Amino acid sequence: MNRRLSLFNVTSLVIGFAFLYLPILLLVIYSFNASRLVTVWGGFSTQWYGALFRNQALMEAAWVTLRIALLSATFATILGTLAALALTRYGRFPGRTLFTGMVYAPMVMPEVITGLSLLLFFVAIDLDRGFWTITLAHTTLTMCFVTVVVQSRLMTFDRSLEEAAMDLGAPPMRTFFTVTLPLIAPSIVAGFLLAFTLSMDDLVIASFNAGPGATTLPIKIYSQVRLGLSPEVNAASAILIGIVTLGVISATLISKRSVLRSRRNAH
Amino acid sequence: MTERSFMRRLTSGLVPAVPYLWLGVFFLVPFLIVLKISLSDPAVAQPPYRPVFDWSDVAGFFGALDLENFEMLTQDDLYLRATISSVRIAAVSTLLLLLVGFPIAYGMARAPERYRSLLVALVILPFWTSFLIRIYAWIAILKPEGLLTQALMALGLISEPLDILNTEAAVYIGIVYAYLPFMVLPLYATLEKMDDTLLEAALDLGSTPWRSFWTITVPLAMPGIVAGSLLCFIPAVGEFVIPDLLGGSETLMIGRQLWSEFFSNRDWPLASAVAILLLIILVVPIVIYRDVEARRVEARP
Repeated sequence: MNRRLSLFNVTSLVIGFAFLYLPILLLVIYSFNASRLVTVWGGFSTQWYGALFRNQALMEAAWVTLRIALLSATFATILGTLAALALTRYGRFPGRTLFTGMVYAPMVMPEVITGLSLLLFFVAIDLDRGFWTITLAHTTLTMCFVTVVVQSRLMTFDRSLEEAAMDLGAPPMRTFFTVTLPLIAPSIVAGFLLAFTLSMDDLVIASFNAGPGATTLPIKIYSQVRLGLSPEVNAASAILIGIVTLGVISATLISKRSVLRSRRNAH
Repeated sequence: MTERSFMRRLTSGLVPAVPYLWLGVFFLVPFLIVLKISLSDPAVAQPPYRPVFDWSDVAGFFGALDLENFEMLTQDDLYLRATISSVRIAAVSTLLLLLVGFPIAYGMARAPERYRSLLVALVILPFWTSFLIRIYAWIAILKPEGLLTQALMALGLISEPLDILNTEAAVYIGIVYAYLPFMVLPLYATLEKMDDTLLEAALDLGSTPWRSFWTITVPLAMPGIVAGSLLCFIPAVGEFVIPDLLGGSETLMIGRQLWSEFFSNRDWPLASAVAILLLIILVVPIVIYRDVEARRVEARP
């Protein structure tokens, strides 16, 4: 197919990507600003990074956020993978329509509704708000995203491999662990990473379900931003952006290598 | 051995049961509780609503339900205005997203094949960085003595500082910025599959590029347009962070109203009623989206 980029195509790509990346770039640049005034350049300095690491409350919030994200992403990955298997390998089971509805609804549901309803549920069952309520809430939200990611992989892969393994006498469990699981592993990893970032990032649901002693980083950042711009928040943001960029690049490299390897094995 | 018996033996129904049960407990039940509380009266004690379930008194349970909170929603025109303004802001933002997203998706789809996956990755990357941080970045850009004013003044385009922050325009910028990947990716997915020979044929038959765009490209991209628009419109209606950080105090949005009923006024039943109201507004688009999405996933080869 003969496709050529017109001037219009190139311009819209350049402007589009500039729009997407310029704000993030400016934020990172200004995190190295010596001035306390966030929008006035006062020379290069790393002082805000030092101030950030000495900020006990912010560091503690970061630690809580990390633990919640790890735990909830792990639960969400297990539940989401099971849900994806249910949707692709079980045909019509009773209540399937309701099940699909429950998988898709939380993804588009406004966060304020999800947050409020979970909070009222936790109050009704008399569970104290804090670390565990946020973890449970995030698991529920993010498992739906994992389901969709894993499901799309389960639908595209060659099912004759599973059948071949069973024809050769492999028991179902063994077939699952030696054939199915390795094939869908990249999508499970992608789902886990997605769940992890969504949890790290969430402000609204965490705010509804947070209690004394469990403040997450987004809640902390949000309350600081409401008081005005702060160079420490810039520094924290730049670190988070750095971590995400590194993570995405290494994930891309790993998946590229595994694709190459599987291609080589196939030949 | 058939596949059904394989899976049945594998787990005997445990695979669907576990996530099913989880979503039932943590999604469906909380939902019913919101519905129940939206129909109950505020109480003075903590937590600020009357007890939810008392199985010994089923008649009393249903008898205590009333529509008082919903009457309040209709009496105070604040909620009506917030509803209208949320839908309006979300609709305008979705339109802007289409206008901004379409040329980008189109450019990506026409780029040489070896660059395409890189371009897709570049669109997704900002989505992985924190939503809150990306909105925060715009505060420094849009504030009166901010970076946009500085840049435009340096270029000599304006002489007075621009005051965009805390206006509805800032909310539009924020929503378009934050939701752009959700619009571009579905559009790209349909545009990439488009057969260019159709456009060439139209051109050969004397159609103008403009006319070919509207009669060929747009209808073929329709599934992407619908999916992208719903994916942006639905969460935008209930958006809280963007209007709260970028919008002014006069930017009314229903998500923000729910937040303040809950956190400032501590009126949980009223907050629940607002949640139900928001859900009623979104029920139709959510059902359409669920259908579109289920069909898309199942239609994959």
